[in-house]
Amino acid sequence: MTHRTDTPSQSGIARKMLTSNKRQWTENVTGRLIATVCAALLIIVVLSITYFIASKGLSTFFVNGISITEFLSQVKWDPEGEPAVYGVFPFILGSFLVTTLAALIAAPLGIGAAIFMIELYPNFGKKVLKPVIELLVGIPSVVYGYVGLTLLVPFIREQFDVLGFSLLAGGLVLALMILPTITSVAADAISAVPQDLRNASLALGATRWQTIWNVVLHSSLPGCLTAIVLGMARAFGEALAVQMVIGNTTKLPGSLLDPISTLTSGITLNMGNTIQGTPYNNALWSMALLLLLMSFVFIMILRIIGRKGLVNK
Amino acid sequence: MRAKIMDRAATVILTLIAVLIIGTLVGLLGFILTQGWHKLNLDFLTSPPDIVKAGGGIGPQLFNSLYLLVLTMVIALPLGLGAGIYMAEYAPDNKFTQFIRMSIEVLSSLPSIVVGLFGLLVFVNMTGWGYTLFSGALALTVFNLPLLVRVTEDAIRNVPRSQKEASLALGITKWRTIVSVILPAALPGILTGTILASGRVFGEAAALLFTAGMSSPDLDFSQFSLSGPTSPLNPFRPAETLAVHIWKVNSEGLAPDARDVADGAAAVLIIAVLLFNLSARWFGAWIYKKMTSGAN
Repeated sequence: MTHRTDTPSQSGIARKMLTSNKRQWTENVTGRLIATVCAALLIIVVLSITYFIASKGLSTFFVNGISITEFLSQVKWDPEGEPAVYGVFPFILGSFLVTTLAALIAAPLGIGAAIFMIELYPNFGKKVLKPVIELLVGIPSVVYGYVGLTLLVPFIREQFDVLGFSLLAGGLVLALMILPTITSVAADAISAVPQDLRNASLALGATRWQTIWNVVLHSSLPGCLTAIVLGMARAFGEALAVQMVIGNTTKLPGSLLDPISTLTSGITLNMGNTIQGTPYNNALWSMALLLLLMSFVFIMILRIIGRKGLVNK
Repeated sequence: MRAKIMDRAATVILTLIAVLIIGTLVGLLGFILTQGWHKLNLDFLTSPPDIVKAGGGIGPQLFNSLYLLVLTMVIALPLGLGAGIYMAEYAPDNKFTQFIRMSIEVLSSLPSIVVGLFGLLVFVNMTGWGYTLFSGALALTVFNLPLLVRVTEDAIRNVPRSQKEASLALGITKWRTIVSVILPAALPGILTGTILASGRVFGEAAALLFTAGMSSPDLDFSQFSLSGPTSPLNPFRPAETLAVHIWKVNSEGLAPDARDVADGAAAVLIIAVLLFNLSARWFGAWIYKKMTSGAN
């Protein structure tokens, strides 16, 4: 058995390593605390957004005594009339119509571009198409609105001999705006499909398109659905670009070429001109609450799709 | 045979879609730049706008946009970094973490107009500040926080485990390891993401309509106090940004050359966004090269 013969300096190091360093301990704990507080702040922000918008939005029903079913289903919006009528159905319908139209246009294009990028020409896709998509994401929504206003609206006006401000213009502008979102999310989903699946299909004699259609798209379906829903969520909440091109009338549209209103455009146009606390103003907050609830619905749909995707795998 | 024809047809259609998208971007940029090109001179970029007469510029708006960007990043960046560090390094697998993830998801899918309205309630009305730059910066912080948190978390998670373990094995505390080993290694990712987020801040309008306001006082650029009502640096004054200006001129512009002003302002905004995007790319590649001694 040998004795440990520590030199003084070695034992000093040992002591230093074994006793806790108070300064370091404090620093460690403080750092962790700061990070936790920052993360907790996210929860606080979400809760307070929900609380404040809900408390303002619900006062239409509880303070001003307007019935919820009437508010949602009435087709007449005349907040300055005598008596004032608050029916937001035209706005809700407008939001859904313009979102659906945008998704119908952008979904096939976006998923098609994603397939092109991943399956057909990965090199070109990575070098050219991907940067292009990223640039499109970066273009501010007012610029899309401005282009819609100066290019698309006059074009529709001349082609169809109508006002030009229309559901169609809104749908097209939104389609362009959500196209990059759909493309990049769908591209991620498609590139996550295991190569083995493609090889197996090709080995069985399937053509490239048969492989893409039956194997790749089939197994990336949850991802592609996620892409479309994300795009729709973005379209539903977009305010200024839409407001600039849809004409903002509260009449129900009869065709694609009629002007409409959306929840966002109604809020944008009137929030600044109404006095806080009046029933008119509160009705606008209720519309904001509807927007908030819709974005919760979109998140729930996304979660359900995500879970389905896991089960299928 | 049918299958082969289908295959050909699909290839052609998909290629057409790709061409259409690239063509759209080129057309968009070309249109905006050619429309606004004749407006891009020093006078337009520096002079104040004119409400009823022709010949107004976008000087104050441009300044407001830049100043708001700085204010927003000063507030949002530390918060985003902190939360990102928590999510990547500390977050245990429990309800609290799930709740934070959920919050990030909710925040990132909130319509920006809703964020703006929340800002109107809390940062404008409740605080009693009125429409101010600072309220706008806070609203944009809410709007950008989820993106910054995600960027930070991803960048930290991409740092090789071995680097962290080497540091911990040397007896360095976890916090010190994060600050002096992990964060520097994650810096390229964080910076690239931050520049892209800046581009978003620069172009955002809907969240600012009811927080930073739709008007600017006459700015006196010889003044640099933080509190003067006409001082450009005063964060507690209303401020119309470039993006908001484009919206306002398009929807309610009274000046005879409103179209012209909108053309010029859109071109400036697009150039700024392109600069942000390209610099993020270039900077990311450059710093990656620096840190990995050129190995690719």
